[in-house]
Amino acid sequence: MNDVKKYLREWAMPHVLCPGCAHGIVLRSFLEAVDQLQLAQDQVAMVAGIGCSSRLAGYADFCTLHGTHGRAPAFATGLKLARPELDVVVVTGDGDGLAIGGNHLIHAARRNIDITVLLLNNSIYGMTGGQVAPTSPEGTVASTTPSGNTEPPFDPCQLLLGAGASYVARVLAATPTEMTKVMADAILHPGFAFIEVVADCPEYFGRYNKAGGGAEMLTQLAGRDTGVAVQLADKRFVNHIPSSETAPGLQTGVLRRETRPVFSGVRGGGDHGA
Amino acid sequence: MAAGCTFFGGYPITPSSGIAEQMVRSLPGAGGVFVQMEDEIASLAAVIGASLAGSKAMTATSGPGFSLMQEHIGYAAMAEVPCVIVNVMRGGPSTGLPTSPSQGDVMQARWGTHGDHPAIVLAPSSVGEVYDLTVKAFNLAERFRTPVIVLYDEIVGHTRESVTLSPSVEVVDRVAPDAGLQNFLPKAAQANGVPPMSGFGDGYRFHVTGLAHDERGFPTEDAEVAGDLITRLHTKVEDHADEITDVETFMMDDADIAIFAIGIVGRSAREAVGQARAAGAKVGLIRPVTLWPFPSAEVAAVAEQVDTLIVAEMNLGQMIGEVERAAGQRTHIVSHLRADGEPITPSALLDVIESSSRSEEGS
Repeated sequence: MNDVKKYLREWAMPHVLCPGCAHGIVLRSFLEAVDQLQLAQDQVAMVAGIGCSSRLAGYADFCTLHGTHGRAPAFATGLKLARPELDVVVVTGDGDGLAIGGNHLIHAARRNIDITVLLLNNSIYGMTGGQVAPTSPEGTVASTTPSGNTEPPFDPCQLLLGAGASYVARVLAATPTEMTKVMADAILHPGFAFIEVVADCPEYFGRYNKAGGGAEMLTQLAGRDTGVAVQLADKRFVNHIPSSETAPGLQTGVLRRETRPVFSGVRGGGDHGA
Repeated sequence: MAAGCTFFGGYPITPSSGIAEQMVRSLPGAGGVFVQMEDEIASLAAVIGASLAGSKAMTATSGPGFSLMQEHIGYAAMAEVPCVIVNVMRGGPSTGLPTSPSQGDVMQARWGTHGDHPAIVLAPSSVGEVYDLTVKAFNLAERFRTPVIVLYDEIVGHTRESVTLSPSVEVVDRVAPDAGLQNFLPKAAQANGVPPMSGFGDGYRFHVTGLAHDERGFPTEDAEVAGDLITRLHTKVEDHADEITDVETFMMDDADIAIFAIGIVGRSAREAVGQARAAGAKVGLIRPVTLWPFPSAEVAAVAEQVDTLIVAEMNLGQMIGEVERAAGQRTHIVSHLRADGEPITPSALLDVIESSSRSEEGS
């Protein structure tokens, strides 16, 4: 593993994340991907919304925008259109990206603006104290569903596939090396790239649902991996872990990679051309 | 565009859509970018993103969309991102009267977003003034690093009239930080209260947030730092209010009755003043061109001079409170209101002037 400290704002530490939270692992994988690609540090823009995942941007030493709740894809759209040479990465969560910001996310995907979206899905609102989220499975105990969630959840990848995202992938926070590879792949993808990072929240989800601490939750997540999607089979790194019998399986890897015109707004020299 | 605008992000809404439709024709040929976003929240977010990338950026909307933009007006105020928002007012609340004029958003333009925040709001009354004040709005936004609102109504928005544009306009650009700083502090203010601004990709790496933050731009809950920030956001504007304030007066020299009106009502009032003068009444007009910061000193001076101050507004009395606060007990204030989607006409104001004159004579 490379030394990624140069991409961190150590002066901004200690961070706000709880013990056992995998968001730090996710940030490290992202920084590894940036390092592997040798992206110019000054030209990386990280755009975040509101929530635990969105706080990651503050600790990364790039141009970082901590915006408003759910609106990161919209901020990123203006930023990318005004300065196309920037590598623009949105970091968001399941509440930020799929509840309050669902509209912005699907429209950014539809336009195929050339940004990368990391959606850290821990199936609960962590920052505000453990409320039910649009990805909370039915039966989830949360502070706003004390008797168990009765609403069916979104499958983020299926939602983005439906919205027309030209790149869709799912990775597990439990498999950081694969996470890095997919992130690097997504950053290089010309157009809108969406990665669902399945993560844990031991502090709220784990505690309320007796799912254990961080390590137990990540191990259980890894057990739900049903194997890799076809398109990334050649990039598979970790060994397949047999699927758990108690939780539904999660297909990992790149679920879609296709090339279509990249959105650049209405500008001189043609409306759409990359 | 004369002010240097190169980005427009918007969402269709009557009666402001004509601005977007013109920008999409004009911007691409001049090196700019246009995008129609999925809603007004996203529109102002995209504008802020573009501004952080170094562009001068704007959006345009009307009441319902302006309500949705309040979230990001607050963000732009807090993060100090220059941008221009045009609100072509229509009847409200809610969907209201989409194709009718109103001045129902004058308080929303000042206090619409949550929290304490500065506000600069300009109120043109004619097509030509829309041009001049939009340029001024960009200049003020860049100078003070703050959102600036251009506020007019459906009549001004849909009027076609001949205008003479200045061959050249003064253009103000944001102040960039010195190059090569070892320790760039993105929110360290200069003596004027405004921090120099770097764009994303310009070389400095920094954090931008809507949370209360320190000079490094990083979140803090330190009461002293947070308090200093909120205070500075106000004082950087309020301390220069005399340079921002612009008030038009008409026939005020010997007036003993004055009309206070903004925007299109100011135009009706000007006509009414002319007709009343022809009939011998000593009437004048005070029309704030800058609505916020509120021109309290100018209103106070008028109140000191006249016996009656008629406050005419196309709402149910939003500005009169500000006028009363500025005027104190110096004059008799008469409120003339209309909020049915129809304009306040010169003849209606003439009636108010006439009844005010009679009551003065009777007193």
